Amino acid sequence: MSTELLEPPTSVSPATQLEIDRSRGDFVYPESHEFDAGVGLTHATIDYITDVKGEPDWIREFRHKALDTFLAKPMPTNWASKDLDNIVFDNIRYYLANAKRPTRSWEDVPEDVKKTFERLGIPEQERKFLAGVEAQFDSEAVYSNIKAAVADQGVIFMGSTEGLMKHPEIFKKWFGKVIPTGDNKFSALNSAVFSGGSFIYIPPGVKVKHPLQAYFRINAENFGQFERTLIIADEGSEVMYMEGCTAPKFETATLHSAVVELVAMKGAKIQYVTVQNWSNNVFNLVTKRAVAHEEAEVKWIDCNIGSRLTMKYPGVVLKGRKARGEVISIALAGDGQHQDTGAKMIHAADETTSNIVSKSISLGTGRATYRGLVHIPKHLKGCKNNTECDALLINPTSRTDTYPAITVRGTGNACQHEASVSQISEEQIFYMMSRGLTEAQAMSLSVNGFVNDLVRQFPMEYSVELKRLIDLEMEGSVG
Amino acid sequence: MSTVADSATSLDPESITQCGPDFAGHPAEFCASQERAWERFNELPMPRRNDENWRFTDVRALTLAPFVRATEPTPALCQELSGRSKGIPAAAGVMAFANDRLISTETKSDALRGAGVIWQPFEQAAREHPELLARYFMREKSALGSEKFAALHASQVKAGMVLYVPKGIEIKAPIEVFHWLEGKNSAVFPHTLIIAEDNARVTVVDHFYSAGSAPGLVVGVNDIVAGPGAKVNYVAIQNWNTATTAFHLNATTVARDAEVIALRLNLGGAFIRDEATSRLRGPGGRSEMLSVSAAWGSQIFDQRTLQIHEAPNAKSDLLYKNALNDTARTVFTGLIRVDEGAHKTDAYQKVRNLMLSDEAEANSAPGLEIEADDVRCTHGATSGALDDEEIFYFQSRGIPRRVAQQLVTFGFLSEVFERIPSADVAELLSTSLHEKLG
Repeated sequence: MSTELLEPPTSVSPATQLEIDRSRGDFVYPESHEFDAGVGLTHATIDYITDVKGEPDWIREFRHKALDTFLAKPMPTNWASKDLDNIVFDNIRYYLANAKRPTRSWEDVPEDVKKTFERLGIPEQERKFLAGVEAQFDSEAVYSNIKAAVADQGVIFMGSTEGLMKHPEIFKKWFGKVIPTGDNKFSALNSAVFSGGSFIYIPPGVKVKHPLQAYFRINAENFGQFERTLIIADEGSEVMYMEGCTAPKFETATLHSAVVELVAMKGAKIQYVTVQNWSNNVFNLVTKRAVAHEEAEVKWIDCNIGSRLTMKYPGVVLKGRKARGEVISIALAGDGQHQDTGAKMIHAADETTSNIVSKSISLGTGRATYRGLVHIPKHLKGCKNNTECDALLINPTSRTDTYPAITVRGTGNACQHEASVSQISEEQIFYMMSRGLTEAQAMSLSVNGFVNDLVRQFPMEYSVELKRLIDLEMEGSVG
Repeated sequence: MSTVADSATSLDPESITQCGPDFAGHPAEFCASQERAWERFNELPMPRRNDENWRFTDVRALTLAPFVRATEPTPALCQELSGRSKGIPAAAGVMAFANDRLISTETKSDALRGAGVIWQPFEQAAREHPELLARYFMREKSALGSEKFAALHASQVKAGMVLYVPKGIEIKAPIEVFHWLEGKNSAVFPHTLIIAEDNARVTVVDHFYSAGSAPGLVVGVNDIVAGPGAKVNYVAIQNWNTATTAFHLNATTVARDAEVIALRLNLGGAFIRDEATSRLRGPGGRSEMLSVSAAWGSQIFDQRTLQIHEAPNAKSDLLYKNALNDTARTVFTGLIRVDEGAHKTDAYQKVRNLMLSDEAEANSAPGLEIEADDVRCTHGATSGALDDEEIFYFQSRGIPRRVAQQLVTFGFLSEVFERIPSADVAELLSTSLHEKLG
């Protein structure tokens, strides 16, 4: 939708309030945890986690160092939302688990947990179209399975703890290399207390036809989920990974702080799809970065609908010639939510290209922020970046910000950035209403139209899911 | 590199960080405000590495310590510089300063002698029109990072022009002000204050030049207050020598139906920090913020802008163009802020960088903060090299590559001059740019 077409509305009632359906994830089962690291974070917490997991000493040491880094680093409130100061790290529980190992069989998953995931449609989806599934419940994966045909090709798909124990030769080589512990305060926190997440290795030339999926669920109150995902796509391989997340609504704030590292070797392709629908008391502070080697392609498809505050800027370090990075981002900021999302593209080789397309919708008192960083250093030739950010504001109380940062050196590269802010077109709404749609339907259609060209880039199953999530409902009568 | 805080004990008492406010011949009330500014200067920290307003800038390289107040220039130099203070032949009036001292003033147009018009050097205005300074002198607080430098300016200011144009008065020909800087480690604090009342019209050109090649420091302020329906054109031609560090801080307020077109031409300086804020206070207001920079050698041009829309139905349009050669660096960070209730805002922000060398670096961060829903805001940033096809076309017509590059660069930059409604001023800008591009 181009801005030229958007005329300012004059009669769309500013009081109309849109709400998103989060009812499907909003349920909770009573807690019964065998392992609980207690409340607060000290070096003892880390020893507890390492002991329970039975991890090797190098991980224990890595965690302790990371905790020191976390404690030493200040909150990034000099540029980020002051809401971060409302996180009380001493009130959070850092590790909650029932069993140390995930089960391979759905039947062995505990009844409550099974019910949780069945309500979220996980086993059903696995049967339908997934090559592998991992389901994480609080700190640990409760279920992990990969189709035999995929495993036979040498594909590894398991939890991060299992990965570091069973495949240390691959794991150790890349773990913490794309995102060092000290990258930011929250990557340090994750490095100290990480648990769960996926470890994936795709052997050279293997193209995994169907997506691998992980599902992250927070069930406990005052809890912090810190999954750690590491995906390595070896030369010429291809993989698509999808993650979904939900949590019930609690009275108190919950913290989710993941670190996701991707490595795409020469000619490999990785697509990473996120549909984030945390309940809106979750602080979602995630660090995601990929390294793309020669002619590799990394595409982050990132959709943020839930959470209280999300801060997430998926990045690609374009390390090899002709590497390509892409971030497709959709953010929906409803009442009381702040979606602070964006992208980072670090060009580090000739002829690398990157593309960022971001669309955000702010409604009610919601605030959507785009933050971008594009870096093209000197001596590089033929690098290109294209950035487009469009923001849609629904209500007078809605807010949007755009903060891109672009550094270009030298004559061999081109960069262009464009952003626009607009509102729902009064003319479009009027037209649709004249064809018999209600105002609510018309607005819903208009919002879906705004993101439609991006939604189409999602895998089919997800775009259907997404449409349903963005299916906005008008509250109260219109007119 | 030392900062004020850590080297305070070992400093030269003559240093502008140590010597206290410069009361010059100011009246007591103004001196009191200078005392307060001096306290504020001492309280405020130097910019720090992680300040968002100083992102992309090497703040360690910023230091005020070596600089002292510029001394009285010799009569011979004054005579020479006042002879060189010539820009537009048909100017309405010319005022010239060297090292913060008035060296000549010439009133050519009767419009400047008109009833109610105040056109005075800063010191005279401070004595004769304290009410004007009380009302308008640095009323807009700097919010773009140079709060400390603004406080230093307020405590030291004694030179510059104060112009007050009453209701309905039009001064057709441009008014010119020259500021010259001379002497090793000299510091000057040029001030320009333009107040245009309802429906008044005026054009002002500031010239900033060095006499000699010694390193210097400039902390200048140029504020524009446009009343309802007023039209103000402001142009600054900055060509300090390449050893000079300069801060040029601007605040513009635009009332209902007023229009301000401001353009900065950056040619000289080692490190230039420009901060410009436009505040749109009334519906129908319009602000054009324009800049042309040719960054050569190791020059650093660091530009920060803020467009604040407080009122509905106002328009702001920003266009900054940079050509970068050699190892030059430019920084542009801009923000459009649309306050609650400022509906039908039309705000635009564009920065374009032309890369002429492999060693040059352009940083752009155009930003938006929108709190009203019924707005049209766009921003854009582009960085790219000369178009080979364009150069090839010139070459096919027998024009050498080097000349073709100069022509295309000149065309890229000078296009902005067309936005200035005065042909005389546009020509002056073109001539100045030509001299730099060679």
